[in-house]
Amino acid sequence: MTNLAYSFLSAGIGAGLCVLGVGLGIGRLAASALDATGRQPAATGDIRTTMLIAAALIEGVGLFGLVVSILLATKAG
Amino acid sequence: MRRWLWCAVLAVSMVARAQEGHARSHDAEPASGEHAARAQEGAKHEKVDTSTYILEHVADSPEVEFQVPLSDKEFILHFPVWRIPLEAGACPASAEEPASLSAGCLDISLTKHTFWMLIGSVFVVLLFVFGANRNPKQPVPHGPRQNLLEMLVIFVRNEIAIPNIGKEEGPRYAPYLLSVFFFILTLNLLGLVPWASTATGNLGVTLALALITFVLTQIASIRAAGLGGYLKHMTGGAPWWIWPIMVPVEILGLFTKPFALMLRLFANMLAGHIVLFSLLGLIFIIGNVAVSVVAVPFAVFIYLLELFVAFLQAYIFTMLSALFIGMGVAMGHHDEHGHEEHTEPHEAVHGKPELAVNPANAPG
Repeated sequence: MTNLAYSFLSAGIGAGLCVLGVGLGIGRLAASALDATGRQPAATGDIRTTMLIAAALIEGVGLFGLVVSILLATKAG
Repeated sequence: MRRWLWCAVLAVSMVARAQEGHARSHDAEPASGEHAARAQEGAKHEKVDTSTYILEHVADSPEVEFQVPLSDKEFILHFPVWRIPLEAGACPASAEEPASLSAGCLDISLTKHTFWMLIGSVFVVLLFVFGANRNPKQPVPHGPRQNLLEMLVIFVRNEIAIPNIGKEEGPRYAPYLLSVFFFILTLNLLGLVPWASTATGNLGVTLALALITFVLTQIASIRAAGLGGYLKHMTGGAPWWIWPIMVPVEILGLFTKPFALMLRLFANMLAGHIVLFSLLGLIFIIGNVAVSVVAVPFAVFIYLLELFVAFLQAYIFTMLSALFIGMGVAMGHHDEHGHEEHTEPHEAVHGKPELAVNPANAPG
């Protein structure tokens, strides 16, 4: 395998792992938020706001990883 | 009924775009494609064509294309090249060559994204110049336009600015948050209009927006804590011998926040469009019209999802800007680092009707 092939492979695997982690994180977050909403429906608005902020932050971390993958895939050649 | 009509129009316009692309990629094929090898080469060529078409569509370019549906015609609007040489002879002689800022050539020529960004900003300004109620005797908004704008403005002020920044300082930063919210929302929605393009899907635009938030955050914290308090905050309140670790970490923390802000908006807007086009591109990659039965409804679904994402990303950007500014403002209120106990008194503000609504000065 050439370096180009390795970089494409690593970009693909990296992107997959990024999405996996972010998916797990946001999934857990949404599950907990739904749980909390079920326990205390009066606080739905606050919980949603907090959830969205946390989701955005988790997503940001995932996007950092994806940028690395994109750089690997585009700068390789 | 009208809603279904709109959906139908949307579907037809998407199919029309798809057909047009199909026709074009057929033109690109070699005329005598009888040989198997040649046909295979044609198919390969088509695949490359689809991906370059997608990348060209989302990337910035010095011209704007208006394609006529159901025909091969397209109007291309070329923008003039405006370059300012910061150093003598830094700009290349011909307009074809790329200009580099590091060499000392400032390129301020219009591009596809700046063109649509300017249209978006003019639209926002006009919307509020004519949509805002400036009659102080009659503070109640009239008609659907004013009521809609009031709803969004009050939402940004009472649900984003005040709970995150505080009751005293919140209204001070509300104009910036409102501007950024409506600007990003308009640009995101412009990206979903046929023929237009998403300026927020450009790294430069989101970089500028994040930079403004970054500068405002620093100004807010220096105003709240004073320069001494601001610098003291850089040490993280740690003993002096941990400073060599704490100061770089805190400085890094300053820049990661706007960096994430920049990247989030950019990646979300770009990714949505690429997914949309990839779904439609499947028709040409597989090369069978029957695929469109699956691909077009999926593309419509993604399109509607993008409509939601356009609002969500505008909200998230504004919300995080407010959060960062609020962190800066909270710096002055107490010396310790915890922001949690600070936010609590403002949570009580949430949704209270005592905040008098004055639409005369709200959109400005």
